[in-house]
Amino acid sequence: MYKALFDMKTTFIGLVLLALLLMLPQFLPRFYVYLFALMFAIALLATSLNLVLGFGGMYQFHHAVFYGFGAYAFALFATKSGLPLWLGYAIAPCCSAALGLVLGLITVRLNKLYFGMLQISLGSLVWAITYRWYSFTGGDDGIHGIPLPDLVGSSVGAYYFNLTVAAVCLLLMYAIVSSPFGRVFQGIRDNPERCRAIGINVQRQQLVGQTIAAFFAGVAGTLFVTVEGSVFPDLMFWTLSLEILIMCLLGGWFIFLGPALGAAMIICLRTFAGIYTEYWTLILGLVLMLLIFFLPEGVLGLFLHKAGPAVRRER
Amino acid sequence: MLHVESIEKSFDGFMAVNGATLKVERGDVVAVIGPNGAGKTTLFNLITGQLPPTAGAIWFKEGNIAGLAPHRVCRKGISRSYQVVNIFNRLTLFENVQVAVLSRRRKTFDLFRPAKTIAVDETRQILDSVGLLDKFAMTSGALSHGDQKVLEIAIALGNRPELLILDEPTAGMSPEETAVTLRLMKRLSGELGLTILFCEHDMGMVFSIATQIMVMQQGRTIIQGPPDEVRNNQQVRDAYLGGADECSA
Repeated sequence: MYKALFDMKTTFIGLVLLALLLMLPQFLPRFYVYLFALMFAIALLATSLNLVLGFGGMYQFHHAVFYGFGAYAFALFATKSGLPLWLGYAIAPCCSAALGLVLGLITVRLNKLYFGMLQISLGSLVWAITYRWYSFTGGDDGIHGIPLPDLVGSSVGAYYFNLTVAAVCLLLMYAIVSSPFGRVFQGIRDNPERCRAIGINVQRQQLVGQTIAAFFAGVAGTLFVTVEGSVFPDLMFWTLSLEILIMCLLGGWFIFLGPALGAAMIICLRTFAGIYTEYWTLILGLVLMLLIFFLPEGVLGLFLHKAGPAVRRER
Repeated sequence: MLHVESIEKSFDGFMAVNGATLKVERGDVVAVIGPNGAGKTTLFNLITGQLPPTAGAIWFKEGNIAGLAPHRVCRKGISRSYQVVNIFNRLTLFENVQVAVLSRRRKTFDLFRPAKTIAVDETRQILDSVGLLDKFAMTSGALSHGDQKVLEIAIALGNRPELLILDEPTAGMSPEETAVTLRLMKRLSGELGLTILFCEHDMGMVFSIATQIMVMQQGRTIIQGPPDEVRNNQQVRDAYLGGADECSA
């Protein structure tokens, strides 16, 4: 199966990149180790959104709610259940997937923009409940000092853990995109009407897609907790959803690794431009305008375009 | 095989299809003709489930399929192409056809096997049979209009239908492309024994391939019969063909 997914060149580049990332914490100051660990979580989040956005053509406008839900599920599990902490890493993504399934059952009945708008409303409802339910979720204070397994307690430990989990999840998602499910999903993106006419139950396909994407967003949520040790309602706020959407567009939403690159770029921009000005979103706005005019396929799209059509097909 | 009984479709009171009837026997090549706005495409949309009928029944192999969702109609064995090109623009030709084959094989929820390795032979063979195999790796959006119309048919063939419905298969084609498509349809009917239902404005093409012709006007069926009978029907001449010149072409 592996051979059918990757050629020698891709494998080689992937291994080199992985080796570099494995060595990084030996050289980098602690702040950068933290930043990279956060980047892995957000890159995973953006890629999970793109699973339904770029490959499924679904207007997933409120993806952050699944991310925040996973983070909260982990936090609540860790602080309230008293069960082994590792179990939380398995349970939290499943909670997100369940939420994806439930919201999906309602939203996939609608198309395009209407789907997106309904998702924003339902997602905001989840956010509002989290924001207000002080006795359970901690309300707008969130939950702090979440206990973590010893292995990931240090920043270097969190780095390696996030790198491993994000890499495995990216591989899994790539396999899904390349599977018959993924191919049909891309067919639905291009032309849902035609898909129905060739016997595909479009709504069910989208429901499964949404559940999978929510699952991986939940994984990203647990990775966030691993880095930060706390959760707060902003993780489910719609502005974060918008930010992830921008990451996908920036990196290139028709290319598998585009959103991950976009995530890295936005985090760098926020971190480094944020040092000089609190109005870093102004720069983001400018970048976006340039992007829309000059790079409709995103940054990675530009590079792959230069590398020639053969590489483009490999996405 | 297919029997449409006094089917009706009204759009806010406008009767697009008003009691049309149609009979298709296994192995037939049936053409539906009629002036623009006669309701041909609406009739096809009713049969394939894109639109629910207001009244009437559609019998296909003993079951009434009127009002079924499109994907269910397809799984019963009816596949169609569209008048306006309706393909998967960002996918390659191979992937376009493969999606239909995967759908027929019920592999659409297969998550972890690479799609590259599934249904390859069948997909290539379909592309070969319509003469597009040499372009299989091209992105379909970049094809010429004529090739896209042929790809339309190839996608429909991916479902291995018993009844193939073609909505103006040669619309917008050059005479050469039309000839190629006509040959393709003859082969599908002759070699594969496929039952074909199509509508078309090109009378030369209709009379050269159809075994049955149904004439529609203002949502109603005027007549259905073999080409000669239709050609000589006075009502058809008055209503549509407007003289003998056009239909003897």
